[in-house]
Parts: sequence; C-alpha cells; structure tokens
Amino acid sequence: MKLKSIAKKIGVLGSACTLALASLTASAQEEDTIKVGVLHSLSGTMAISETTLKDTMLMLIEEQNKKGGLLGKKLEPVVVDPASNWPLFAEKTRELLSQEKVDAIFGCWTSVSRKSVLPVVEELNGLLFYPVQYEGEESSRNVFYTGAAPNQQAIPAVDYLMNEMDVKRWVLAGTDYVYPRTTNKILEAYLKSKGVAEADIMINYTPFGHSDWQNIVADIKRFGSQGKKTAVVSTINGDANVPFYRELGNQGLSAEDIPVVAFSVGEEELSGIDTKPLVGHMAAWNYFMSVDTDVNSAFIDKWLEFIGDEKRVTNDPMEAHYIGFNMWVKAVEKAGTTDADAVIDAIVGVKVPNLTGGTSEMLPNHHITKPVLIGEIQEDGQFLTVWETDGLVPGDAWSDYLEGSKDLKSDWPGLKCGNYNTKTKKCVGATE
Amino acid sequence: MIVTTTMERLQVLMRLCSALAIATLVALSTPVLAQSEPASATFEQLVNEVAQGSLSKRVDTVAAIAALKHERSADILQALQDGNLKVTRDDSERVVIETADNQILDAQTSEPITGTDLGRLKRIPIHNKLRSQLHTLLAQLNLSHPNDEVRLSAVTRLITDGGDEQTATLLNELKSDEQNSRVREAMDTAIALYQLESENATERLAAVKQLRGSLIPEVRGPLQERADYDSDKDVRIEAQRALDSIEGRLKMFRLGENVFFGLSLGSVFLLSAIGLAITFGVMGVINMAHGELMMIGAYTTWVIQQVFPNQIEYSLFMAIPAAFVVAGLVGIAIERGVIQFLYGRPLETLLATFGISLILQQAARSIFSPLNRAVSLPEWMSGSLQINPAFSITFNRLYILLFGLMVFFALLAILKKTSLGLKVRAVSQNRPMARAVGVRASWVDALTFGLGSGIAGIAGVALSQLTNVGPNLGQAYIIDSFMVVVFGGVGNLWGTLVGAMGLGIVNKFLEPYAGAVLAKVLILVLLILFIQKKPKGLFPQKGRAAAD
Amino acid sequence: MLTQRLLTSDKGGMLVLGILALTCILVPILNLAVPESSPLHVSTFTVTLLGKFLCYALLALALDLIWGYAGILSLGHGAFFALGGYAMGMYLMRQIGDRGKYGDPLLPDFMVFLNWQELPWYWHGFDMFWFAALMIIVVPGLLAWVFGWLAFRSRVTGVYFAIITQALTYALMLAFFRNEMGFGGNNGLTDFKDILGFSITADSTRIGLFLASGIALMVAYLACRYIVTSRAGRVIVSIRDAESRTRFSGYQVESYKLWLFVFSAVLAGIAGALYVPQVGIINPGEFSPLNSIELVVWVATGGRGTLYGAIVGAFSVNYGKTIFTTFYPEAWLFPLGLLFVLVTLVLPKGLVGLLGRFTRRKASKASEEDTP
Repeated sequence: MKLKSIAKKIGVLGSACTLALASLTASAQEEDTIKVGVLHSLSGTMAISETTLKDTMLMLIEEQNKKGGLLGKKLEPVVVDPASNWPLFAEKTRELLSQEKVDAIFGCWTSVSRKSVLPVVEELNGLLFYPVQYEGEESSRNVFYTGAAPNQQAIPAVDYLMNEMDVKRWVLAGTDYVYPRTTNKILEAYLKSKGVAEADIMINYTPFGHSDWQNIVADIKRFGSQGKKTAVVSTINGDANVPFYRELGNQGLSAEDIPVVAFSVGEEELSGIDTKPLVGHMAAWNYFMSVDTDVNSAFIDKWLEFIGDEKRVTNDPMEAHYIGFNMWVKAVEKAGTTDADAVIDAIVGVKVPNLTGGTSEMLPNHHITKPVLIGEIQEDGQFLTVWETDGLVPGDAWSDYLEGSKDLKSDWPGLKCGNYNTKTKKCVGATE
Repeated sequence: MIVTTTMERLQVLMRLCSALAIATLVALSTPVLAQSEPASATFEQLVNEVAQGSLSKRVDTVAAIAALKHERSADILQALQDGNLKVTRDDSERVVIETADNQILDAQTSEPITGTDLGRLKRIPIHNKLRSQLHTLLAQLNLSHPNDEVRLSAVTRLITDGGDEQTATLLNELKSDEQNSRVREAMDTAIALYQLESENATERLAAVKQLRGSLIPEVRGPLQERADYDSDKDVRIEAQRALDSIEGRLKMFRLGENVFFGLSLGSVFLLSAIGLAITFGVMGVINMAHGELMMIGAYTTWVIQQVFPNQIEYSLFMAIPAAFVVAGLVGIAIERGVIQFLYGRPLETLLATFGISLILQQAARSIFSPLNRAVSLPEWMSGSLQINPAFSITFNRLYILLFGLMVFFALLAILKKTSLGLKVRAVSQNRPMARAVGVRASWVDALTFGLGSGIAGIAGVALSQLTNVGPNLGQAYIIDSFMVVVFGGVGNLWGTLVGAMGLGIVNKFLEPYAGAVLAKVLILVLLILFIQKKPKGLFPQKGRAAAD
Repeated sequence: MLTQRLLTSDKGGMLVLGILALTCILVPILNLAVPESSPLHVSTFTVTLLGKFLCYALLALALDLIWGYAGILSLGHGAFFALGGYAMGMYLMRQIGDRGKYGDPLLPDFMVFLNWQELPWYWHGFDMFWFAALMIIVVPGLLAWVFGWLAFRSRVTGVYFAIITQALTYALMLAFFRNEMGFGGNNGLTDFKDILGFSITADSTRIGLFLASGIALMVAYLACRYIVTSRAGRVIVSIRDAESRTRFSGYQVESYKLWLFVFSAVLAGIAGALYVPQVGIINPGEFSPLNSIELVVWVATGGRGTLYGAIVGAFSVNYGKTIFTTFYPEAWLFPLGLLFVLVTLVLPKGLVGLLGRFTRRKASKASEEDTP
C-alpha cells in the first residue's frame, strides 16, 4: 500500500514537471534578443574540458551586454548539454538552430563532435565557431575555425625542436584518433622532407584514456638512448596524459634528456596534474596564460572575477572563443544584421586583437591568423615562453604535406569554395 | 671528443667545461673554500644580470659566471638549477637565494638577509637549454663532491655528455683516489668511452674489452660504430662480441621488466577488482557503482592532501583509512537505501547501482568541478629503484604491487579468520540457514557491502597515484574489474588474484606485438572464449552458492 | 485470425500500436502539409527526434524479447545496433561518391587523408543498397549466432552471460576506435549525402525514414508478439522460469535461445540501420558498454516482459533525457540516476505496471509472471 502511494506521488510529480517545462519553453521565446547557442558538453567524458568554455562564453556574453549588447539588443545565451554524445551534438544543434533560432553557435571540442554537427549547420545555414586546435583538412562555409590548424601548432613546434634543441630522433606518440593520426602524418612527411631517416622516427598510438604506459615509456627510453638527441611529439589526449607524464618521471626521463612537446596539454590540464615531474616539458599553443600583455591580464582578471575562484586558469581554447566571439560581434555590427549569409560575407577580413598582443584576422578560408608560442612547463603549472614566431601565422585548412590535400585551397569570398583544386581548377565535391 | 654524436650540442660548452675542470682541480687543492678571495666586481654584476634579459642571454651569463671560477659560482648555479635563485619584484631587482628552510640569503655574499621586507619573490626562470647547461657545469664541479651519489651522478653525466682529453685526464687522476667502487666503475666506463676514439688500436681494443657487458645505454652506439667501421679487424670482432654479450644481458632484463610490468598492471586489476570480488562475488550484487566508490577513495586522498598540505609525505597513510571509512559508509548507505530490497535479483541491482553511479559521478562533478584534481606523489613514491642501467623498477608501481597483495591477504584473513568473515560466508552460502542459527543477515549484508566498498575506496587511493582523479575515474576501471572477477571465478578470492595477475602479464606480453589497443581487444576475445570453455571461471565455487 | 490472436489480451500493445499508427499518419501530414506558421506544424527537429526514438524503441523491443521472455540479459545489444548502423553507414559513405572533400570517386574522405591507396575488401559491395541491406541483417545475425552458439552450448547464463556480452561490445568498441580497421576511427562515418538517390537533408526523405522506422517498429512488434504467443514462445517463457526443467522435458533449450537471440540481434541491427541516416553519424561510441546498459534501463523503466513496455520505456527515458539536457544542462544526471533507482525499487514492473495500477485493470495474462 505504502509503495503504491509513493508511486502515485511520483506520477503526479512527473506530470507537474512536464507542465512546468512546457511553460518554460513557451516563455523563453518571447523576448526580443539575439540568441547565442553554447554547445559544450557539461557531462560525460568531455565535460572536463568543455565546461570551462561554456563559462567563458557566458562571461563574454555578459561583458557584451554590459557594453550595451549588440545592434541595440541584449544577447541571450542558450546553453544545452550534448553530454559528450556525438549524435546528441547533431540533435542539439538542430534544436538550437530550428527551435531556439540562435544566430550563432559557439561550441564543440572533439573533431567527431564537429563532424557530427557540420551537416546540420550547413543544412540549416547556421554559424559555428569552433575553438579547438584540430587536424585541419576541412573548410566549411558555415564554420569558423578559431583554434590552430596543424601549421599553426605542430610544424612550428617541430621546427623549434629541430633548430634550437638539435633533436635528431623523433617519437610521435598519440591517442588513436583523427587529430593525432593526421598531425603525425603531416609531421612525418615534414620530417622526411627535412632529411630525417625512417629509422629515426618512432610512431606509437594508444587508446583513449590509456593508463598503463610502462612499456611504451620503456620503449621511448630505449629509443632515446642511442646517442642522438630525442624528443617526443605528443598528441596524447586528455586523461591519458597524467599517467604518461608520471611514468616518464618515475622511469627517470627528464625533460632535459627527452623533452616532450605536447599539443593537447594546456594550463587547465596542468591544473589537474602534480606538475613536479613535468617541469621543462613543452607545449605549443597560440596563447599562454603567462603571456604578459595588458589585454591578457584584463582578461584573466575578468575571468577570475566571473568564475569566483582565484585558482582557475585560462587557456588557449578560451582565447579562441574570445577571438571568435569578438569577430562575430564585429561582423554583425559591420553587416548590421545577424543574418547568417550577411555575417559570413562580412566576417572575412575582420580583425580583432588577440590576447598575446597581436591582431588576429579572419581569413578567406575561415581560419584565423595566430602567433605560435612554445612554452616550457614550470612548477606552478604555467608555461614559460621559450620561443615564438615573429609574426602571426595564417591558418592553413589543407595541409601541404598530405598527398590528398596539397593541391586544395579554400577561399570562400573569392572562389565560393572550401576545397578548390588548384591543379584541375575545379571546386571538388559539394559547394555551397 | 669521445662521443661524436653529441658533439654539436656540446660545442658551445666545451671550452668552458675544460676551463672549469681546471678550476675544479684548483679548488681541490684548496679545500677551505670559504677563506678564498672576496668577490670581484664583475661577479656581482653577473649575478645581478642573471635575473635580467631573455633566456638566451641568461645562457651567456651563466657561462660567464662559471668561467669566473668564483668560489660562489657553484652555489649560484645550483640555486638556479633548483629554482631557489629568486629576484625581488621591486626596481632594485635584488638577487637572493631562498633555502629549503625558507631562509633568504644574499646571492652574492650568501649572508642571510633579515629585517628588510623584500616582498614577494620571483623565481628566476630557466628552460631546458639552461637546465642542461647547468647540469653539465655542475657535474664538472661535483666530480669531487664528498657524497658518493652526487659524484656518481656527476660521472654519469659526463658519460652522457661525452668528454674531451682534459676530462679524461682529470678522471684518471680522480680515479686513483676514488674509494667507491661504483663511482670508479663509472669512471672506467667514461675513460674507456674516450679511449674508443684513440689513434692506437691496442688502446681501442682495451677500451672495447673494458666496455664489454656494460649496460649503460651510451655505450652501445660507439661500440656499434667500432664494430662496423673500425680500421682494425681485432677491434671490430671484439666490439661485436662485446655488443652480443650486452644484447644477451639486455634481453634477459627486458624479460624481467616485462614480467614486472605485467604484475604491476595485474596489481591495478587486483586492487580494482578485489572490492568487487566481495560485493559481486560473495554477495551477488552487480555493483555498477563500484568504480564510483574507487573515485570516492581517490577524491578522499585529494581532500586529505588539501587539508594537510604540509604532510604530503604521510598523506597516503592518512588517506587509506579515511578512504576506507568514507567509501565504506557510502557503501553501507547504498546497501541500506537500495540494495537490501533487491537481494536475489542480481540483474536489478545492476540497474539500481547504475543509477547510483550516475548520481555519484554528477555529485563529484558538482562538488569538485568536472576538472581533474591534482593529487601529489609523495617523494618516496616517485622515482625508481635502479637495479642496473638497463633495469629499474618504479617505486610507485612497486609499492602498489605490494600494497595490492597486502590488501588481498588482509581481506582473505578477515574472511577466513574473523567471526564477521564466518558470518559473511555463512550468509552468502545459505541465507535462511544462517538466519536460523542466529546470524543477523541484514546486518552482515550491510557490513559486507561496506567492506567491499571500503576496499574499493582504498583502491582509489592507489589509483590516485597512477592516474587522473576526476569524475570519470570509475568508468575506466569498471569493465576490467568485472572481467577479472568473472575470469577468476565468482566467489573465489584466489581466483581474483590469479585472474588479475594472469590478465596483467598476458596483456603486457601481447602489447609489444599487437600494440596497446589490439592487445586489449585480444584479451577480451580470449576471455570470452575462455568463459565458453569454463563458464564459471578459473576456480569455480562448489556447492549451492554457485547457482545464480 | 492472426491479428486477433496477436492483439487480444494485449490491450497495452493495442494502445501503443494505435498511437504509433496515428503518429505515423499525423506527423508527416503536420510536417509537410501544415505551414510552418501554424501552431499545429511539427518541425523537422521533432520529426528527426521522434524518428530517433522509434529506432531506440525498436532496439528496446529487441532486448525485451530476449530479456523479458527468455531471461537472457544482454549487456551488449548496443553492439548489434552499432553493427547494423555501420553497415548502413558504409552504404551511405559509398553513395557520396566523388562529392567528398577530395573528390575521390572511390575512397571515403577519411581514407584519402590517411593516404589509403585502395578500398579495403570489406568495403566492396556496399555501393549497392541490396547488399548493404543484406549485411544489415547478416552481420549482426551472424555475430549473434556464433556468440550465442558458443555461449548457450556451454550453458553460460545469467550474470556471466551479461558480462561476456559486455566484453563483446567493449572489444568491438576498442577495435572500431582503431583507425587501421578502416571504419574511420573515432570520427566514424559522417557527412552523408543521399540515400537511394534521395537527398538525406530533404524533409521528404526525413519523413520517409521516419515512416520506415515507424513501420519497422510496428511490424517488429507484431512479429515479436507472434513469437511470444506461439508454442515456441511458451517454451521460451518456461526456459526463463525453469531452464533445467524445460531441458529435462525434452526441449532443445539451446536452440530456442539461440534463434531468439539471433532474431533479436537482427532487429537491433535494423534499428541501427534506420538510426544512422536520421542522426547523420555513426561512431564507435555506439558500442560503448554504457549505451547497452542504458538500453537495459529503458526496458526496465518501461516494463520488462511486456513488449509494449519496452517501447514506452525507450520513449519516456529518451524524452526525459532530451528535456533534462536542455533545461537542466548542469545537473540532469541527478534526476536520471534517481529515476533508475526508483524504478527498480518502486516499480519492478516499470511504468507500464504503474499505468496498469492506475487504471485498476488487471495486466494481461500472457506474461505476467514475476521476474525470477
């Protein structure tokens, strides 16, 4: 009897909830605002990285509203949780674009989530700002890539190791997915073009979240003990890094002997790691929190105030969102409307200051110009910039070091094409 | 030069090093350093310059300081290397040394500074290039350090760097006074490596013979070179022989290494599975929240380290009982709140505990944020036990292996020797009969579940030393844990031990051939096939309890 | 008459089928014929969402058939779903032809940029729909047959069976994550263009897929009803309740179980094949053991052992998920987790059981036995 009554109560409660939710949806659609979709996983495996970007977006939108909004209207963030589930990313994108009618989406982290979202954004003619470094080999009319392409991260890093540290042997270690695979393909071709022998390159792939690095680290140690300076170029993803660095430290491989340069380890990842064994290992990014510029310290102050936690850090994808959001704002102001086609036309050529003291520009291939910084990890979890490019490096959608893509070129305003083959003078595959 | 391949790297430093080697000799002859001449003006300038300018400028400044042969050079360089050389943030940019016991010394005079408030100090940053340079310079200085270990590492460093004639001469002289056999051996190696390049074939031959059987990795490259290209036939043959003997020994150690890797992986399996062996194996509860209980243990470790930030060395000893209690209490709460209504319906415990695992995960995310938390490794858990240059065992893995075995035997003792253990076994074998003889079955259930959960918590403490502490920690281990328990035989603790170690070793032996991913897939396929052969695992439980 | 036999004493089933049929008729009309401004208009978003739920429901039905009726708990049914999905995905990839980013007429994009020179052998044939359709049935079916044959023959049951099915899907997940496998690794298969010549983004194609899913679900429901009301169905139920006794009575327990398992796997494969074109991506994440466990939860929530319960469960949990992830993005796992706990504790017969209690009707007699 008791159970029955409990069950009944739950039933009543459930229907009440549904009603409440239904009314919520109705009320949300009434005010006149410009809606901005925030599509970052807040649960599941990717929440660890993406939650921060959601907060960043909320902060940027709040700041913009303090400045009076955009086109005289307030900006309204619409946050959804795609829960690290790739089909759910596509579903939520459709919801954002067709139900919530957002004018731009800032979101995604993994390549697969972007790939999942891409067809929907193209079909419904939305705008997606993608803030994470990625493997390149893509240029969509509706997507703006504000993270680094391989030529804005991987190749300068290898150049640094080769020229400044005299590295002769290379370990390319990565998690087995598209970004490391592609990056390593590019690097392999690049290294060979610089005269590195096949025998001096070791390539290793591990599954996601790999936690037992004992024999791989032992292999690296052996590979590195042949009398030539050896470095590890790591595209190891997220959670696998902590056990990897711990094993390196414990097996006695210091950054001096075999430096590791990582493309996926930033300040935020370091804040979850005991940094002692990592000191001296490197990372290549387009932004470091430690960069000493006025605009950066203002950004950090704002962030710490917004998040209410003195210990939080800023990182590269956050800067990418900062740049992307400001570019979008500027483009909307330039176009005088939030209409996707107008913004797509207006945004190319838009220049906004980045946090490292330069000015980033949206290029015709929907990538941006960024500086490349190499930093060494310090004990406090920050990076010490040891090298940076002289100027800004333009993002290259199609790598020159891959067979399939070296002839491809992307130019949306000029050629109306994201993958134009310069040999056959044709736009390959689907156009707009 | 001895090792030609590192030549490029060292070119810049070479002249400097030899100068320093002489300086060291001089220093040796004047043992009471403190009484030598006062600092020159240039030295003071240089010390101040260390804090200024770019990193590449610092490289030059450091070289200049070393070249000065000033009595304080070594201290300054050491402090810079250790990150103790600091600079004030005000305009004076005073360079100071902050010692381990928070004493602040003037860098130029090494006199303690008291009374003046220097404000927050900024560490003078160094990068790899500088670090490597410092290492080499300090190695030169430390060749006559009173501590054996320091001397040994200095000589080892010389082997890595290669050396020139002066170093070889220096080593030869030092060798005669050297008391420690290991240091002497290393010196021999270093000298032999230098002599490998000698013009004289007999000297080369002697050097090759000296290097025979040496496991130091730097030896193999030059030996290979001799074996391939030496003008003298005897040297070639002898070098090849030396290489073969080294290779033979290496193979043996590599096998040993692999076994250890396997056991270590097995110990992780064991720790994560052993709690489940109780809750699932003994009680028949498919506890999907098992991983989250480990997560709770890992977070407890983090909390302990936050509460006692100065006791990192002992934090694990506090964390183990704390994690046991916290996870155990959560476990008891789960048992009392949910599972007690579901006995005899194992598959429904799966659903309920799956729900609980989602709640616990989200709770961790809400309380501790979705970011990973940094759990520090105590000093004694870091580094490795160097058995010889080719074979070392990392301390954290070693301790975790021992710890896993300890937990296992402790649990075994509890189940076999205590009255709780007796009751647990009684209830799990025949509940109505146990009740009939006066066992409070529900109480025993709660305690047993608490015990299993507490052990999961302890496993979490161990995992916090190996991997990330974050909301996803549990998910990574849950499937492996179930595999181990099923493989070993449900309800049999020994089976869990053998299963865990067996899977660990098989995995590590497959990995070199198949790669990490495929090895895991193969293990799973083998496991599936194995279950077909022996549906009740390696050590099936006999009698009634075996039925579902 | 057959339908009579299938549906009498299955009032819940009739209701669910009725609603399904109505949805299948109304949704297309409201989506295509009613103008967007009208409040009655059903958006394309809703159509794809419902289409997705229909596939989930079909998958849940497949699981309920073996779990609810034969007592075989598979924690790896997501594997069959994903395999069906991959077979369909491969067909859709081949349909892209030279419209890919690199314009390679034969190789899918992910192979081009990983420098693959030729199409792996197992990709051949998938340019033809009939072959893909065959594979959608054959691959999951064959895997289920081999796996089931091994497992049932050695009398692996209950918890053990659940765990090795979990190992199966986990192993497949790891394998498909490997880029060398030639299934696109983590990125999986995406960027589909058209199916059977129809553009995949067209509203009419979506409606078509939606209808196909709806019809597949209804047909599958009737087929499952047919099985469980047949003589074989009663044997199957008796296996669930007393396996040894059934065996001693002279029934070939193993082969009953095996064929039911294979049939269920095929249904799951079909569900996966219909799912992929609607969501536009298939990735190894679908093999994740967590997905399979969630699937079990749908069935349990809806009401195990009643076929329509599985459908109700799949719809309600997933609808709840959609709502929660939109409105409580920060904390939606709390209510979801709580739901699972409460359902097992308070509603052992699931929502359907609750509904039955509300309407104070006696549940149908066909399969009311308590769970073992």
